[in-house]
Amino acid sequence: MIALDGLVKTYATSAGPIEAVRGVNVTIAPGETVALLGPNGAGKSTTIDMLLGLQRPDAGTVTLFDRTPEAAISAGMVGAMLQTGSLIEDLSVGELVGMMASLYPDPMDVDAVLDLTGIGKIAGQRTQKLSGGQTQRVRFAVALVSNPELLVLDEPTAALDVQGRRDFWDTMREFASRGKTIVFATHYLEEADAYADRIVLMAQGQVVADGPTTEIKAMAGSRTIRATLPGAEVGELGELPGVLAAERHGETVILSCSDSDRAIRELLDAYPEVRDLEIAGAGLEQAFLQLTAS
Amino acid sequence: MTTVSYTRAELLRTVRNRRFLIFAVGFPLVLFWVIAGPQSDQKNFNGTGVSVVLWYMTSMAAYGSMIAVMSGGARISLERQVGWTRQLRISPLKIRTYFTTKVGVAYVTSVSVMLLLYVSGFVLGVRLPAGRWLGMTGLILLGLVPFAALGILLGHLLKADTMGPALGGGVGLLALISGFWFPITSGVIHDIGQYLPSWWLVQASHVGVSGEAWPLLGWVVVIGWSVALTLGAARAYRRDTARQ
Repeated sequence: MIALDGLVKTYATSAGPIEAVRGVNVTIAPGETVALLGPNGAGKSTTIDMLLGLQRPDAGTVTLFDRTPEAAISAGMVGAMLQTGSLIEDLSVGELVGMMASLYPDPMDVDAVLDLTGIGKIAGQRTQKLSGGQTQRVRFAVALVSNPELLVLDEPTAALDVQGRRDFWDTMREFASRGKTIVFATHYLEEADAYADRIVLMAQGQVVADGPTTEIKAMAGSRTIRATLPGAEVGELGELPGVLAAERHGETVILSCSDSDRAIRELLDAYPEVRDLEIAGAGLEQAFLQLTAS
Repeated sequence: MTTVSYTRAELLRTVRNRRFLIFAVGFPLVLFWVIAGPQSDQKNFNGTGVSVVLWYMTSMAAYGSMIAVMSGGARISLERQVGWTRQLRISPLKIRTYFTTKVGVAYVTSVSVMLLLYVSGFVLGVRLPAGRWLGMTGLILLGLVPFAALGILLGHLLKADTMGPALGGGVGLLALISGFWFPITSGVIHDIGQYLPSWWLVQASHVGVSGEAWPLLGWVVVIGWSVALTLGAARAYRRDTARQ
């Protein structure tokens, strides 16, 4: 069991304090694959840093398998691929992965990991001579070779091309099928949708939605209708079929829709005087903002 | 097992780092031959009672060793900057092992530099009883402690690209003030120099001649700097990890 309980983290900057994480509560069962989804600046990386004990929360606690993060890490139960980071130089890929394996009590077979991550052919190459995609694969191998109970990945596919992404997620699926717990951060809805059992949606330092992938996808896939409509009741607009929520800014109304096609027909029927109609895909970022605002 | 394989990897990386070897090993060795070679018949260098060959053998061993131990810190700086330190922090590797390995490998390099210079010195006529070779080596290794700590301290304060100039300039200046290039027996530089730990690295050569170790001042300076810089390094490490 992994529990993040009331996590808060504020950074002091020259422009004043930034509340990166503002009260995050998440519980993850062993064997789950969870996507931490959100736009840049949502607090994903800070949350992951606290999950791994790399940063101390200002408030709240992290429990990994009934231990503190430090104890779980000492026991070799956690593997991670952080968002940034290159490799140390003057070692071959094989030597580097082998050295990392030797730090853990129960590592995977080094050759097997090299094959699994598709870097068996470059095992003899020095780490400073690799391309960006190869480096990313080696970093993945370093995370995997620890054979952890919990694997944490912070935007793991950022430097990969399409084929690299596909290979990466195939490997992840294989790893998840061994009953391992996986937490990954991403800002791609498609990735979260395709590979996670569950999505924890973050925006502005908070969890704004947490549920099965399908549910979150429906929320994030919504569209909005903007129109000029003086005098209509916000409450009545919100009741229209296909409309999730309505708000008013002066003469403008904004309708968040689960089914925008239906909503617009109903809107025109009910309010023939409606003008300046605009329909927009909410997009992930906008969906996040809506969800935080509500 | 962990420590062995980690140390092995660090040793491999050191041996493969050609630029580092040139500055820490090749440079002092060449300088020794160039400077001490033509003056190998001078038995009393500027009235110190130490021969030119012995003087430069010790000072160049100290020079290479200083670069070697301080480069341990430069490496930490680089590993911090590229995010490798964070990767290690989420592994079971103890932070103590990380630092002791870095310092240990630096000392192995230092001893290698010393051995090469001892062999060169022997070729140019330095003959000492076995006990004095050891006594001298012991003092130099001890005198390197403050520099190992300084390397770690700087490694946490400076970025990797400023580390190179800082080390090159810093070691060069210390070497000059501490009499690496010629003995300084009086004057302002002498008065300042003797409060620096690097001063006493060269003074270790006196063991070879008289069998006497450092005077009290030498011990106080080396131990004082060791304690101060180790505390400083520990503090820099803690501040750095808290901020990340």
